[in-house]
Amino acid sequence: MSDQHRLDAPDPDEQRGQRHTAGAFDIRNFIGALLGLYGLILLVMGIFGDQSLQKTGGVNANLWAGIVLLAMSAFFFVWARIKPIIVPAHVEPVDDDAARPAPKRRPSGD
Amino acid sequence: MHALAGLPTADALISAKPVDYVIIALYFVFVLGIGVMARRAVSDSIDFFLSGRSLPAWVTGLAFISANLGAVEIMGMSANGAELGISTVHYFWVGAIPAMLFLGVVMMPFYYGSKVRSVPEFMFRRFGTGAHLVNAISFAVAQLLIAGVNLYLLGSIVHALLGWPLWVALLVAAAIVLSYITLGGLSAAIYNEVLQFFVIVAALLPLTLIGLHRVGGYQGLKDKVTEFATSAPASAGVPPAEQQLHSWPGQALSGFDSPFWSVVGIVFGLGFVLSFGYWTTNFVEVQRAMASNSMSAARKTPIIGSFAKMFVPFIVIIPGMVAAVLVKEIGELKAGGTPPGGASGEGVKYNDSLLLLMRDILPNGLLGVAIAGLLAAFMAGMAANISAFNTVFSYDLWQRYIRKDHSDDYYLRIGRLATVGATVIAIFTATIASSFSNVMDYLQSLFGFFNAPLFATFILGMFWKRMTATAGWVGLSAGTLSAVLVSFLSEDGFGSASLGVIPLSGQGAAFVAASAAFVVDIVLSVGVSLVTEPKTSAELRGLVYSETPSEELVDPEERTMPWYRRTLPLAGISLGLVIILNFLF
Repeated sequence: MSDQHRLDAPDPDEQRGQRHTAGAFDIRNFIGALLGLYGLILLVMGIFGDQSLQKTGGVNANLWAGIVLLAMSAFFFVWARIKPIIVPAHVEPVDDDAARPAPKRRPSGD
Repeated sequence: MHALAGLPTADALISAKPVDYVIIALYFVFVLGIGVMARRAVSDSIDFFLSGRSLPAWVTGLAFISANLGAVEIMGMSANGAELGISTVHYFWVGAIPAMLFLGVVMMPFYYGSKVRSVPEFMFRRFGTGAHLVNAISFAVAQLLIAGVNLYLLGSIVHALLGWPLWVALLVAAAIVLSYITLGGLSAAIYNEVLQFFVIVAALLPLTLIGLHRVGGYQGLKDKVTEFATSAPASAGVPPAEQQLHSWPGQALSGFDSPFWSVVGIVFGLGFVLSFGYWTTNFVEVQRAMASNSMSAARKTPIIGSFAKMFVPFIVIIPGMVAAVLVKEIGELKAGGTPPGGASGEGVKYNDSLLLLMRDILPNGLLGVAIAGLLAAFMAGMAANISAFNTVFSYDLWQRYIRKDHSDDYYLRIGRLATVGATVIAIFTATIASSFSNVMDYLQSLFGFFNAPLFATFILGMFWKRMTATAGWVGLSAGTLSAVLVSFLSEDGFGSASLGVIPLSGQGAAFVAASAAFVVDIVLSVGVSLVTEPKTSAELRGLVYSETPSEELVDPEERTMPWYRRTLPLAGISLGLVIILNFLF
């Protein structure tokens, strides 16, 4: 769903092989990693740990939650791999407007 | 945990095991990691304050929900669910969703298209200094106080769950929020909100499912609620099962005797005035959409958020209802008793519903995820308050009225300092909240009163070019004052300070106060506009509907997208779903 894909025109930066991710890194990998770690811990708890069946009403809740979390984790990793976020090197700066005291953009060489 | 062994600790409400601590610690590693990673991306103040306007719609949409999914939402709505039952869903399906769709479809083009960096700045461009100052200052003060409430709740949860003393919990929580916002600014706050959203769902969904399993499914829950309502002593004032299990006409929620006026109060007071006021003018929310990468993404932010929002009641209200029939203490409380214990140590309250349910039904492991989820929610709330505060403080107060025309680096530095300042102040407001928790509730409802007139002023200002600058601040001030007046005249709007002249109490009184503010604001704004000088058409371009060319209000790229990525079809689907949900419950 990343809207950056609308840039159909060949981008000179992309042709040079420079790829920039939006905002420095892809949050989907972070979500995938955290949910994956949680999934693993719960899975291990569900298999080897105290299942507290009297609390949950007879369901091995850790096991099931662990499986679902691992699946979610895989989903985020796959999504991030299939549709990586690519933005152009130069995002159009916000127009300065005479009606407000705008911040002076730093002269930037990059 | 053992580093704090030297400190006096209270008995923990929940017995967490090492595996739970590992899960909680992992969460904090990720939160700080995101702060550090986001820092690399922050090169100027637009990056810091508006995330460089670079985020895709699903990220800002989930952040939009998460920013609001704080302590008040999770603890408050589950408490409402335990006490009043299913009619609490009106806060979501009549309150939030229509307002979010309206924000995306109608109002966002003006916010995003005019390239303002904050809601008060829009106020400035449309109405000038008077309305801007009222809005910017009241917003900044409100955020500091609400951040304090969130921090206090965060601290008290840590206190209740882990047994740390409240002041240690407050400082640790504040330090974590502070570090990731100062490092990464809004990007870090937003990315963390997205992460938080999934952790919150991972925490609450198993709680809901296991809870429902324990009471025998949804049918079992209904049976138990009915049984409870009929067997409870009349003195406890338990709403009849009929009212607890059906959303309409919602007398349990509004407190009105007449079903007709209850529906009117909920639709107009809660649905229209309070919720539209909150969702469409609250910069905490709107800021998330402003950080998106295109007009189309900005408009889709609240709409994508609405799909997540409409299912939040299932994982917040249902566990509350389950707690009322499954958790011994909550049942006693609802039947009119005063069970001892609870998170505060001063007796169980409805706010403890989720915590006690977690204690009763979650195995260790999932318990850690649930605690991480609650901590995530409270940090999300506080981080959202603080990141919105530092934008308004830096741009709308400092830059406009105190130090103009400095370098961008300068304002970035001010923003970071404002974050530190706000966090320190929040620690103080949190200690105020801990000693006068009722006062803070009333203050929060007081700030709620700014939203209803703000919405009236915005909507009139966006669609009526004749509306003048004077009308802007007069309407806003008078609207707020009339809401305060109604609350004072009601039975308990300000607790014992209220006079009881108007026979209204509880959430119904808030609906009426907000409605009064809205009507007074509209009437006065129209009256004042007719006798003062309006702005010229050229000044109103991009700010008023009739003066803005229609192509500036839509994203030209959107026509090339498939239907499921366009604003209007998505909004239509969301509206349809929420209507179906209203019929089902």
